[in-house]
Amino acid sequence: MKGNLAIIACLAAGIAAGRTGLAPSWLTGHDLPVYILSALIFQVGIGLGASDDLRRMRQSFGAGMLLLPLATIAGTLLFSAAGVFLLGDRSLADCLALGSGFGYYSLSSILIADIKGAAPDAAELATIALLANIIREMSALFGASLFARWGGRYAPISVAGINSMDVCLPSIVREADGKDVVPLAVTHGMALEVSVPVLIGIFCGA
Amino acid sequence: MFRILFILIAGIAVGLAARRTRLPRAAERGIRITVPTLLFVFGTAAGADDALIDNIGRYGWQAAVIALLGIAGSIAAARVAKRIIGKGGGR
Repeated sequence: MKGNLAIIACLAAGIAAGRTGLAPSWLTGHDLPVYILSALIFQVGIGLGASDDLRRMRQSFGAGMLLLPLATIAGTLLFSAAGVFLLGDRSLADCLALGSGFGYYSLSSILIADIKGAAPDAAELATIALLANIIREMSALFGASLFARWGGRYAPISVAGINSMDVCLPSIVREADGKDVVPLAVTHGMALEVSVPVLIGIFCGA
Repeated sequence: MFRILFILIAGIAVGLAARRTRLPRAAERGIRITVPTLLFVFGTAAGADDALIDNIGRYGWQAAVIALLGIAGSIAAARVAKRIIGKGGGR
């Protein structure tokens, strides 16, 4: 939670710096985020490759382990597609790209900004992705009990998206009433983490 | 997309190879610095964009709709998965 607040504070500080008009052009340009994003993805990859979770996941791997992440992807995208009717001015591909963050607000927003590049709606889509995925993560963090009541013990995992393997894991375990969901929650988070760049790449037309 | 996937796969390969070194810990610490830096840079670009700031209310509303749709879809998906996996919790 403290980490989330620090991250939101950094975003707010960036917006404030941008509003002053004093930010140099290299800071507001397109190249710098691309380089930092590449570094972030490489670091995420190192973390994935080196983690014990990856080995544990391989050991306890079964078809059932993949079912929940696949269901989360299908359910999220299916419902996100309805955004076309509710938002009016957004295309189906935009709604699907926005839904493809699965709570990974930092990566999804920067990916959309990066892949959309010079498109006129790149910045606004990236902003919506950032806000939508912050809302999803916060909802998963504080609403796990409610989601478990509505959708069963797997619902907090599914709603948490990629956060099921870290930030939301304690509340998931509490609501599932057993640590047996831990491998499933970790596999779910990792599978979705890999899916984010793939799906956003597809829906942003890269 | 392929550039990003390539970087991700390269990172996983490096992580696997360097599992017993200090590199994974350094990468973990690096992520904790990179994410706020990235968001600061992103915020700077967003803050400098007058059209975006003027419409932030509309974007917030759209973000809430997308988030709620995603959550609803995930709950529906979890119910289906629970039925298929068969050993869902007794809530």
